[in-house]
Amino acid sequence: MNTQGKVFKYPDNVDTDVIIPARYLNTPDAKELALHCMEDIDTEFVKKVQTGDVMVAGWNFGCGSSREHAPLVIKTCGTGCVIAKSFARIFYRNAINIGLPIFECEEAAEEINADDEVKVDFDTGVITDITTGKTYKAQPFPEFIQNIIRCGGLLKSLKEGENNV
Amino acid sequence: MGMTMTQKILAAHAGLDSVTAGQLINAKLDIVLGNDITTPVAVNEFKKAGFEKVFDKDRVAIVLDHFVPNKDIKAAEQSKTCRDFACSHCVSHFYDVGKMGIEHALLPEQGVVTAGDCIIGADSHTCTYGALGAFSTGVGSTDMAAGMATGMAWFKVPSAIKFNLTGTLPKNCSGKDVILTIIGMIGVDGALYKSMEFTGEGAHSLSMDDRLCICNMAIEAGAKNGIFPVDDVTMVYLNGRSERKPVVYEADGDAEYEKTIDIDLSKIVPTVACPHLPENTHPANELGHIKVDQVVIGSCTNGRMEDMEAAYSILRGKKIADGIRCIIIPGTMQILRECVERGWYTAFIDAGAVVSTPTCGPCLGGYMGILAAGERCIATTNRNFVGRMGHVDSEVYLASPHTAAASALTGYITEYKEV
Repeated sequence: MNTQGKVFKYPDNVDTDVIIPARYLNTPDAKELALHCMEDIDTEFVKKVQTGDVMVAGWNFGCGSSREHAPLVIKTCGTGCVIAKSFARIFYRNAINIGLPIFECEEAAEEINADDEVKVDFDTGVITDITTGKTYKAQPFPEFIQNIIRCGGLLKSLKEGENNV
Repeated sequence: MGMTMTQKILAAHAGLDSVTAGQLINAKLDIVLGNDITTPVAVNEFKKAGFEKVFDKDRVAIVLDHFVPNKDIKAAEQSKTCRDFACSHCVSHFYDVGKMGIEHALLPEQGVVTAGDCIIGADSHTCTYGALGAFSTGVGSTDMAAGMATGMAWFKVPSAIKFNLTGTLPKNCSGKDVILTIIGMIGVDGALYKSMEFTGEGAHSLSMDDRLCICNMAIEAGAKNGIFPVDDVTMVYLNGRSERKPVVYEADGDAEYEKTIDIDLSKIVPTVACPHLPENTHPANELGHIKVDQVVIGSCTNGRMEDMEAAYSILRGKKIADGIRCIIIPGTMQILRECVERGWYTAFIDAGAVVSTPTCGPCLGGYMGILAAGERCIATTNRNFVGRMGHVDSEVYLASPHTAAASALTGYITEYKEV
């Protein structure tokens, strides 16, 4: 599996309140919520994002609230994956559980520019910046987490009896 | 090699003699928690996956607290989803309007969580219960759904930072000033994926409300959990309250910590986190003349009895400054009732404040105190991110109840000096 698309670049400490402001959380409907993805720091994101595009951010992406709505709206918008220097732990867990591909790669997150065309191979963790021609290698997930991703999320892995650490 | 207190609790719940940092485990859960925002998503996932029963009706807690009494039709639908699920699965710890409180004030108060527990909650501030000597951490709705179905959750065993506390707090400071000082010191990802273990003679000098406040904001440093050792203060709090028998775990003498940070509590000063990150901290008396439009005293961080007492001791017989909106939100119905009985409710009204029934409301910009563009609030809440309490061009300053109440009287951010 892989994704290819244009880069939306964000700074350190992007919190779940700006990914999806709580004022909209009176509904669990992902499609409705996705209309407001990133709106408090980037009103253009929802208008511009295309299926397969890639978010690139700094340290501690997704800090703050435990709302699973945050990775869910990023995924629902069509974002192919998120690359960051690091992820806040609940966001990291939630992204895996709902099947939003995420990659920790400090070098890629530092060097890749906004609007670059980027390709990410989910199986190998290889990130290619097609615009600059540079490649990067993200940290691979532990086997147990790869299993959850392969099954299509935590609940499916539980149903299939694949949830053995 | 020895284990930290957190590792000991996790090992016991995973049925293992020992665990080490980085190890992946499946652990048995004592309580699985959700609220009116996260539970509807969990219910949907639970049903979609085809689960029919919760693992134990007495080990699931659902608290309606973010948008209740329902702020609008959509919020009402979410509450209804929670209510219907709780009813159909006979969830014994279901807290609706009239019984509810802010979840992290309510569950310790009601004895639903106790020392030695392993707890997950679909709310990031679930880390609060570490104050009782429990392992407790925030997760998302899918984890909540899996936890409700199986009574288990996977964890990566965390390493830890040890905070060695000495001395005692000055009278105008509280747990809030301690945790804000620590977050200012280590940053909003300073404890990412790690435990924050608070220990030392200073830890024992802190009240339970201070400990709950400190552990509550461990997530604001990125931590997986915060935890205090179990001592006399813990046992006095749990006694007669805890539904289940507390189990005491202690860190091994040779436990390994990534680092140890010494904090002298006597040197703590009233501290304020300026917009837009909790790490952006400054001593209150160095901030200059920062005018505020609103003051909020409440939340899962500071809506407990000692917080109400701090507000009362400062506001009684005084008047809130002209043009300032002061909103006081007791954390649970029991705390609200106590405020009424002690005459504090009347004192708050006489001072010019409004008092609400328990709700997370303004803390997350839900309702009950939303800010307009350009407005500024000093709040005892836990986050000051962009747009957290309303308009993206509004500002939130985080502080203790003492500082917030003192600021309500002057109209600008003010250090409380005991008179």
